Amino acid sequence: MAIMNIREAIVSTLHAEMERDSDIILLGEDVVGGNGTAGGPEAIGGIWGTSPGLWEKFGPERVIDTPISESAIIGAAAGAALAGKRPVAELMFADFVGVSLDQIWNQMAKFRYMFGGKTKCPAVVRLVYGAGMSTAAQHSQSVYAMLTAMPGLKVVLPTTPADAKGLLTEALRGDDPVMYFEHKTLYGVKGEVPDGDYRQRFGEARMVREGGDVTVVACGRMVNFSEKAADKLAADGIGMDLLDLRTTSPLDEDAILESVEQTGRLVVVDETPPRCSLAADICAMVAQRAFSSLKAPPQMVTAPHSPIPFARNLERAWVPSPQKVEEAVRRVLAFR
Amino acid sequence: MQFNRDELLGAYRRMKVIREFEERLHEEIKTGEIAGFTHLYAGQEAVAVGICDQLTVEDMIVSTHRGHGHCIAKGCDVKGMMKEIFGRAGGLCKGRGGSMHIADLDVGMLGANGIVGGGAPQAVGAAIAARIDGKGRVGIAFSGDGACNQGTTFEAMNLAVVTKVPAIFVFENNHYSEHTGDAYAVGTNKDIASRAEGFGMKAWRANGCDFFETYTAFAELLEYVRAGNGPAAIELDTERYYGHFEGDPQRYRGKGEIDRIRAERDCLKAFRAKVVGAALLTDDDLDKVDAEVIAQIEEAVVEARADELPDPATVADDVYVEYY
Repeated sequence: MAIMNIREAIVSTLHAEMERDSDIILLGEDVVGGNGTAGGPEAIGGIWGTSPGLWEKFGPERVIDTPISESAIIGAAAGAALAGKRPVAELMFADFVGVSLDQIWNQMAKFRYMFGGKTKCPAVVRLVYGAGMSTAAQHSQSVYAMLTAMPGLKVVLPTTPADAKGLLTEALRGDDPVMYFEHKTLYGVKGEVPDGDYRQRFGEARMVREGGDVTVVACGRMVNFSEKAADKLAADGIGMDLLDLRTTSPLDEDAILESVEQTGRLVVVDETPPRCSLAADICAMVAQRAFSSLKAPPQMVTAPHSPIPFARNLERAWVPSPQKVEEAVRRVLAFR
Repeated sequence: MQFNRDELLGAYRRMKVIREFEERLHEEIKTGEIAGFTHLYAGQEAVAVGICDQLTVEDMIVSTHRGHGHCIAKGCDVKGMMKEIFGRAGGLCKGRGGSMHIADLDVGMLGANGIVGGGAPQAVGAAIAARIDGKGRVGIAFSGDGACNQGTTFEAMNLAVVTKVPAIFVFENNHYSEHTGDAYAVGTNKDIASRAEGFGMKAWRANGCDFFETYTAFAELLEYVRAGNGPAAIELDTERYYGHFEGDPQRYRGKGEIDRIRAERDCLKAFRAKVVGAALLTDDDLDKVDAEVIAQIEEAVVEARADELPDPATVADDVYVEYY
């Protein structure tokens, strides 16, 4: 197994999959980077460094720099998917979903159903999301909950380099539209990545730790925060079942329920405001299906109901933290 | 353009099928049996047929919410369409799509669209795919004068020019976006083609109520695009006989306006006058087509009405592809 970070896992997966399947194309703003400038194409290799070498290797027909036109990017991906290609569209900030939402929500998510199951739309949208870099209210949002609420989309959030590869490979070989979220603070996270063909099935949560006292459900960066909390709690003899969802649609309801039935206690950690959030959704699901197992009210660790602030200290206050996870765990354990 | 007898009869038949399909729906909707919104294409037949007659099933079109004409002209099964609009299990989309979302990828019809301006970027995507395949296919976006004011359409035109793909933007200007006139809503002397030109592509203009003029202009355009010159656009001046949706009383239209356009700009009448005047076909030939088409549509309605309803147990089927 190679050691690489999430960025490298994404780049190498794109290279391998585009080589394997000539129907895969990549399009987005600056995915080539430098077109039409004195520096020339490939001057930057993608704003997040996730597409170097692709243009050089696969050419301008398959690696397409677009103007700043999110509706056109996603719409073109939708059309190319209908026309037999496997487009990967990059939104350099997930916030720009707002600009292109119609093409995601009303178009690609609904083709298959609306056309009577006779079509498929194998498009992958890569969205760079998350707070933690002081990119403020319009460049930091975690819109995965919003897209999870839309039937027809699959929503994927890798937390490890291995999952970055496995989930992206699965996305590129499937026939449904996939929203593939890349947390902007996690690109440098290193880990082992299986060599060769490696796919991670959607809808299978990863048991990060088994502790038995409380079930903590998280995704994305919140998994790492929860691990930090788990370390602290372990010192006090508190064991945490930590589930990394990997995908929020489909959602591994069985894994959540199985753990809660053992622990009787649930904390959901979600990097979004609380109303109509993933945390709210999972708490409701558990309340409905495992009520009798619960020994304490489920706790949600979320951001406040506010946009994301700029100042470093404010942003730190906004994002759920390891400390808030720890407090929530202690709260559910203290409940009598 | 030279057309032989069969080609002329075929073109007339396709226009008549659209007209009769729409006229019949206009009547059927009054029975209350058809749910939801239906937007009729009657009056614009020369555009759909003048264009789609020159396409193969490999060429891909995206349509509008006024999509029945494009579907029929592109070769969608008429009975399947009728069943779909009646919300039946045998419908082209199993009753899931209805009038606004008819698609049939086997004939290159990538879907009618309930969102004004939703289709244009998808046609660019189809054109990207077409260029990669290198088989001379094209991706075509049908848009109305309403969609020409949507940002998606602008973005799509610019992206098509930048990527030089074989995308074709067909603007059917029927002078009404919903209930608002183009004289008010299109801020460029009512000229949509010049907008396309502004994005750096070649644009054609033609009388969309005249099959032959539409056909000839589009033939030139298609040759230009298939030759690898990048995207192009065409604006067709056409007429909408019915309201934005069925049930729209069209109070915004001028007194006698619809009677006048039906009398003076009807594409089927114009076609008949031309081919009979030039002694290419006779009134009898065309009357025979009319009678056959009326019977065909009657049969489609009868079969649609008799078809079974979709099974409610399937309501959440086909959201995703089955994998495991």
